[in-house]
Amino acid sequence: MRVMVFVKATEDSEKGLPPTEEMTAMFEAMGKFNEELVNAGVMVDGDGLKPSSAGKRIAFDGPNRAVIDGPFAETRELVAGYWIWEVKDMDEAVAWAKRCPNPMPGPSELEIRPFYEMEDFGEAVTPEIAERDQRLRDQLAGE
Amino acid sequence: MLASPGAFAEKAGMAEAAASETNRAIEAVFRIERARLIASLARMTRDVDRAEELAQEALLVALAEWPRSGVPVNPGAWLTAAAKRRAVDGFRRAAMRERKHAEIARDLDGESDMSVEAIEAAIDDELGDELLGLIFAACHPVIAPEARAALTLRLVGGLTVEEIARAFLSNDAAIAARITRAKKAIARAGVGFEVPRGTELAARRASVLEVIYLIFNEGYAATAGESLTRPPLCAEAQRLGRILAGLMPAEPEVLGLLALMEIQASRLAARAGPGGRFVPLPEQDRARWDQLLIRRGLDALAKAEALGGADGPYVLQAALAACHARARRAEDTDWAKIAGLYDRLRTIMPSPVVELNRAVAHSMAFGPEAGLRLVDEIADAALLRNYAPLPAARGDFLFRAGRLDEARSAFENAAALAGNEGERAFLLDRAAACGGGSGR
Repeated sequence: MRVMVFVKATEDSEKGLPPTEEMTAMFEAMGKFNEELVNAGVMVDGDGLKPSSAGKRIAFDGPNRAVIDGPFAETRELVAGYWIWEVKDMDEAVAWAKRCPNPMPGPSELEIRPFYEMEDFGEAVTPEIAERDQRLRDQLAGE
Repeated sequence: MLASPGAFAEKAGMAEAAASETNRAIEAVFRIERARLIASLARMTRDVDRAEELAQEALLVALAEWPRSGVPVNPGAWLTAAAKRRAVDGFRRAAMRERKHAEIARDLDGESDMSVEAIEAAIDDELGDELLGLIFAACHPVIAPEARAALTLRLVGGLTVEEIARAFLSNDAAIAARITRAKKAIARAGVGFEVPRGTELAARRASVLEVIYLIFNEGYAATAGESLTRPPLCAEAQRLGRILAGLMPAEPEVLGLLALMEIQASRLAARAGPGGRFVPLPEQDRARWDQLLIRRGLDALAKAEALGGADGPYVLQAALAACHARARRAEDTDWAKIAGLYDRLRTIMPSPVVELNRAVAHSMAFGPEAGLRLVDEIADAALLRNYAPLPAARGDFLFRAGRLDEARSAFENAAALAGNEGERAFLLDRAAACGGGSGR
């Protein structure tokens, strides 16, 4: 199964990246952890994100679209980075997440969320639904 | 239900649930470590069976100790140390019976690598090397090819016998027997658990790649059973490919195979149409292709080519798959490039199927006449004499060249050779679309 692992933001990560000694040590530990993920065939993708001060939000309300500039207030709900892992089950994802070095100087949090997979739609998307879907698409394409 | 016994049962149930949750967490840690653990133990004991047993015993020790002590900081090193200690105990017991073992036990006592710290220190270089050695042993050419796949899935992938049996649509007993035979073959041939060096490396590596691709194809183009594909088997092969690429990052063919699998797997969802019908590449809904896997595949391919491996068989096949992956619409496909790649592939991997695909690519790039010329060159190959795709391709070239009578008879020939009803019906439709009639 594929999971996305979110590194939740903290006040430190929202401040940007002051190059402290602590940071360097963390990056080194994180590099080692990433290498372990790669060698175990678990790592699919991953990267870090700039603080929310560099971000924007688009708010939808009916036909209206409002653009809101960062930074955003609710720090604990923000994301500072992510991985995509391929694991056998959630237990394995948790076991890997537990051996991640703390990504932040202070207390921090990882959140693991499984992707929807084909099997999740297995029963919902019957051949009939898929076929009707295809017919609709063909009609839209002008027969 | 009475309140108090109910509450009691609930409490007991909760304690049980908590215990089983701890066990599940320990087992997940064990699954992550298992392959490297077995690799390390196999090298020590020269015996895969014993290595598996020792690993299992280490798990039992962990299940007894970790709930009290907590999961150690480096669980892999802890498990290895626990298993190695048990191995030494075993050697000591055996030493009563055999002098040879006595020497081994003395050697082991002398070694300092029995502590968690020492193992931890060695973890970066040695354990990666040990895992690679195990992969090479499981894929050794002395083992029959299907048995290599089963053994690799068991030892490296950590699949259970039941899971492997389900994946290969076989039964547990048959797979267990296959794995036992494979282990015996390794023992009989005295296969070492070191990574082969020098000239042996290339040949043995080819065998490893072949096993992984066989596992992938068994999932991608399921040769038996009701479903068209078995994605879990593909995922397992991709995982093995990623592990291998992590351990051998400078080998172009390893990266080529990984690229090929990632790109092919990106189409898994798009290949199955309504009612499980196979959807051929040109008709696939490209929005359903997994762009993340495509990007991973293109990255691995670029690395392989940068390492000078552009002409390896897997790298070339990955390059072919990449041409399709890069085309947002079927009509954007770079057929001239594909034709050129097939020109190169046929020189290093000559096969009638490659020749036929080459003819198709040339027809798409340079017109139906070019395809006809190439297909007529190979029409007499013994292997292709009863091969329906050959007259089917010929029919398509003739149809596009406007030679409808000839096209119709080619399609009818193909229909007569077709392997299944769906294919036959499709080919007869195409024959009918040529107009006229064969007078039947």
